[in-house]
Amino acid sequence: MGAGHSHPAGLHHPGDSVVHRLPADAKVLATLVFVLAVVATPREAVWAFGLHLAILVVLLVVARLPARAVVRRFHVEVPFLAFAVFLPIVGSDPRVDVLGVPLSEEGLWAGWNIAAKGTLGVLAAILLSSSTPMAELLRGVERLRAPKVMVAIAGFTVRYLDVIVGEAGRMRIARVSRGDDPRWIWQARATAATAGTLFIRSYERGERVHLAMLSRGYDGAMPEVHHHHPSRGAWVIAALVPVLGASVATAAHLL
Amino acid sequence: MTALHVEGLQYAYPDGRPALRGVDLHVATGERVAVLGPNGAGKTTLVLHLNGILRPSAGEIRIGDTPVTPATASGIRRRVAIVFQDPDDQLFMPTVHDDVAFGPANAGLRDAALAERVRDALIAVGLPDAGGRAPHHLSLGQRRRAAVATVLSMDPEILVLDEPTANLDPAARRELAAVLRTLELTTLVVTHDLPYALELCGRSVILDEGRVVADGPTRELLADRELLAAHRLELPYGFDPTYAGP
Repeated sequence: MGAGHSHPAGLHHPGDSVVHRLPADAKVLATLVFVLAVVATPREAVWAFGLHLAILVVLLVVARLPARAVVRRFHVEVPFLAFAVFLPIVGSDPRVDVLGVPLSEEGLWAGWNIAAKGTLGVLAAILLSSSTPMAELLRGVERLRAPKVMVAIAGFTVRYLDVIVGEAGRMRIARVSRGDDPRWIWQARATAATAGTLFIRSYERGERVHLAMLSRGYDGAMPEVHHHHPSRGAWVIAALVPVLGASVATAAHLL
Repeated sequence: MTALHVEGLQYAYPDGRPALRGVDLHVATGERVAVLGPNGAGKTTLVLHLNGILRPSAGEIRIGDTPVTPATASGIRRRVAIVFQDPDDQLFMPTVHDDVAFGPANAGLRDAALAERVRDALIAVGLPDAGGRAPHHLSLGQRRRAAVATVLSMDPEILVLDEPTANLDPAARRELAAVLRTLELTTLVVTHDLPYALELCGRSVILDEGRVVADGPTRELLADRELLAAHRLELPYGFDPTYAGP
């Protein structure tokens, strides 16, 4: 059952900081509002993005998250950054010369917009997921009145990802052990068959899980299994982040 | 007092093949009974009738004095607890705590009463600190015991275990047996692990081709080699039930 780092629960970096201790629902909401504030910041106000970044960096330091782990997780943003780099090349005129290369001025701004807002959004998400265990996150979303069925589906996905990945791994080993060595697309037959079998097995597992749920009194609605004491102080602390973000965005609009 | 009555239970699979052909079984309150039988004997099908998940085509099941019918099923499911073979099917919530709380929360328990049930159930299976952990971070033996806790928390009258020792190593088998022995519950152990039946259950029934073909003291049944051979049951090499200690 290793490979914890490949599992979404492995995103969590345990700690005992203020950031870690805040209730998950407050953190989810704070992150959402902060990201909206970032998105609402006009792209020409470059200084405002510096302030947004400063807010997040302060939080990363307070949460004592290791810089290397944070940087490593930025790879999810690479496709978006590639797109951002592409824009100044294909953008419309007028053009400006940057190191002798004529680039679209509009494209440069659009690229900067995507890169800056995307990076800040990813950083906020990394901060949230690193400081909150997956189970807590799900509960937080549920306390924010997200539909229970959606939260349950997300929970099952997290719960069974390892189980299904493990099953797929064992099937691959069984295939390779019998001499299957697919290198080309026309050798994909066995792999495709594995995918089909995996689907059937997962479907059957779903039926067995449903039986287990029925056996314990499931009647179509997920029960409330947690006792929650909302703490006003924690919400005030969590609210600081989006309030700061929104202030920066507002200032950027006014100045 | 009889905790479980099964009389003339018949069931056919959706494709018409008969799975149970008239099962009779009576279990007294507090008794631990092993249901032995080869693969395909109908053991799991029988289990799924005990809490009303499958409906018999003929025959009757009563838990205490309550007949198992669609109308009584939800109450019955609080009283008859089934631990399924694969703990990954049983543990479906993000943490062990949430899973153990699932049954009693469905029954309406909340807050302190719920927390107490969860704590007691985890202590009973020897996993007092596992509540905050994710099921995939537990060993198979721990997951099996956590699965037992998920039904103990419902405070059931009858505990039904479907192949509890499947894939367990000897130490995990022993730890599970130690837990099961401390529970003062009417227990049905469905298995083809004969030494385990002898270790835990004074009485056994043999189920084959959808019928109970033998019912008696476990030690006597296991000593009857012809009976076992006739129903595809085999003792492990070198195992003699007449010498095996308690």
